[in-house]
Amino acid sequence: MIQAVNIVPLFVVVALGGAFIVSLLGKRIKAFPDIMGSLTTFVLFGLSLLAIRLVNVYDVLVYSVGAWKPPIGIAMVIDGFTSFMLVTVNLVAFLIAVYSISYMRQFTSKWKFYTLFLLMVAGMNGVVITGDIFNLFVFLEIASVASYALVAFGTERHELEAAFKYAVMGTVGSLFVLIGIVFLYGYTSTLNMADMAMVFAQKPTSNLVLLVSVLFLMGFGLKAALVPFHAWLPDAHPSAPAPISAMLSGVLIKSLGVYALCRIFYNVIGLHHNLSGILMFLGTLSMVIGVFLAIGQWDFKRLLAYHSISQIGYVILGIGLGTPLGILGGLFHLFNHSIFKSLLFLNSGAVEYATGTRDLQKMGGLKERMPVTAGTNLIASMSIAGIPPFNGFWSKLIIIVAAVQAGFYGHAFWAVLASIMTLASFMKVTKYAFFGRLKDKLNNVKEVPFSMKLSMIVLACICVAGGVLFFSAINQAFLQKASGVLSGGLSYASEVLSALQQ
Amino acid sequence: MGSKSKNEQGMTLIVKTITRLTVGLILLYGIYILSHGHVSPGGGFAGGVIIALSFIHLMLAYGKEVALKRLPKGVTSFFESMGAIIFLSIALLGFTGGYFFLNFISKGEPFRLFSAGIIPILNIAISLKVGAGLFAIFVALVLLKLFPPEDD
Repeated sequence: MIQAVNIVPLFVVVALGGAFIVSLLGKRIKAFPDIMGSLTTFVLFGLSLLAIRLVNVYDVLVYSVGAWKPPIGIAMVIDGFTSFMLVTVNLVAFLIAVYSISYMRQFTSKWKFYTLFLLMVAGMNGVVITGDIFNLFVFLEIASVASYALVAFGTERHELEAAFKYAVMGTVGSLFVLIGIVFLYGYTSTLNMADMAMVFAQKPTSNLVLLVSVLFLMGFGLKAALVPFHAWLPDAHPSAPAPISAMLSGVLIKSLGVYALCRIFYNVIGLHHNLSGILMFLGTLSMVIGVFLAIGQWDFKRLLAYHSISQIGYVILGIGLGTPLGILGGLFHLFNHSIFKSLLFLNSGAVEYATGTRDLQKMGGLKERMPVTAGTNLIASMSIAGIPPFNGFWSKLIIIVAAVQAGFYGHAFWAVLASIMTLASFMKVTKYAFFGRLKDKLNNVKEVPFSMKLSMIVLACICVAGGVLFFSAINQAFLQKASGVLSGGLSYASEVLSALQQ
Repeated sequence: MGSKSKNEQGMTLIVKTITRLTVGLILLYGIYILSHGHVSPGGGFAGGVIIALSFIHLMLAYGKEVALKRLPKGVTSFFESMGAIIFLSIALLGFTGGYFFLNFISKGEPFRLFSAGIIPILNIAISLKVGAGLFAIFVALVLLKLFPPEDD
């Protein structure tokens, strides 16, 4: 066994340990939750960078929990796709934890916030890292339940209502996933994903696989907020505190929804061309409907929430194309979206922190009073709208080029149209909130505290650098590995099983 | 209902008497289920639920003050976090043998009470977490007050 493989369980252990230590000691020691929240997520971020390095050396790391050999025991797997998701999740989580130091002063019992926050991070890392399909469901539920509670964190009436709606719909989604897993277990008599893929390769195709595909599409589609299943998102995201909105939109819908969907459809069941067509259709639908619903919104966070649906559509369209270029573009957009959408939600939180409102019509001229927020918001807006040279431009360009190459001109057209609509709606945000004449009521507005500024500036720098990084060696180590796993398809199984023999 | 003297809280004398007789048995049964989790059906979750039920039983019969005096909210949340931390530490101690979650204690003879290595200890940790968690949920539901609706 390679010694390096011992870091694999740490992604779950560090986050869970941090969560419970905060809940034990956080009430008594004042600054403890802040320190612990940032420290834990920082350690996780460091570990995920290490994971990227290890994947480049060893390709696949497989850990057998409790020395029980898979497929009987639980396996934890780090491959290119996993390490890519781990960096995305933990980078965003760390910056959001730093932001929360100042932002969460508005709320009582910060320790509860950090406990739930770290539990959510543990759940997301667990979903990404596990190689066992039932384990995936367990971590999915940990992350989801923590997020239901976090949406209700303000305990105002509309927040409780949104959280209840989210909880009910999320539970239904989880139930679909569970039923799908039950059928798969009955069909293949194994729960290990690599072993399951092996069994699938040997058995003739069955209608059960179609049923399971539909169940997973509904379950994970609901977590990812694809359009027919998106109704929870526009309520849940604006109601949560801003760091949690950023977390939900930035990484939760991706690790629970997009990651799990891709992992199971590409690496376990195997992508059928009908399924690819459905994914592309749903992606395009989300893209267009999300942006049309967004453009009429006046609530800053609600507008951003609808854009999350639209941008997830791009990711699913790119990945659903199934060509290596399409998958690369989809994953690159996934990373970029988690950066600029988190930044936009943090901006909206900063505006709410300073002015006390989320209504765009009540703002105006804030760039004089809040230069950092306005500047970072401009960068994020241009990124999401796809203006060169920011990161959003490159990933959208790759997705559209991949669609054209594959002969899907209609999808490419809708993608361009949705991008133009996105630009329009963010011009509206920038004009109403930050440009124009400063309203008299807002004369006393001050720029937000240092920790909030810091994480917004770092995210903005990544937005600018993201486009440049795409042409460098980092891209080789980071993105190509991840898209290689997905376009490799069913070879995932043999890679994991052979890594186990070492 | 507000101001009632201590004797008037909770249910009638019949219920209180029966509760006094049975609550100890329920607690004991919970501990039995929990400690024999590795040799017979049951385990940490079931044992923890039964232990929590004994306190909930007390609260139903005698009112919330009596039960919360026995098991205050702070203690409940302490036990809950401790349960999780004990579970995680035992899993981490497996690294002494090279693997996360490794059963590093000697497994002993099958079907004996002291056997199966770390599993009974994990059962105790789970029962702390589940029992305290379930009791805390019940307390939260009981203590929740209905505020008059605010203007939107």
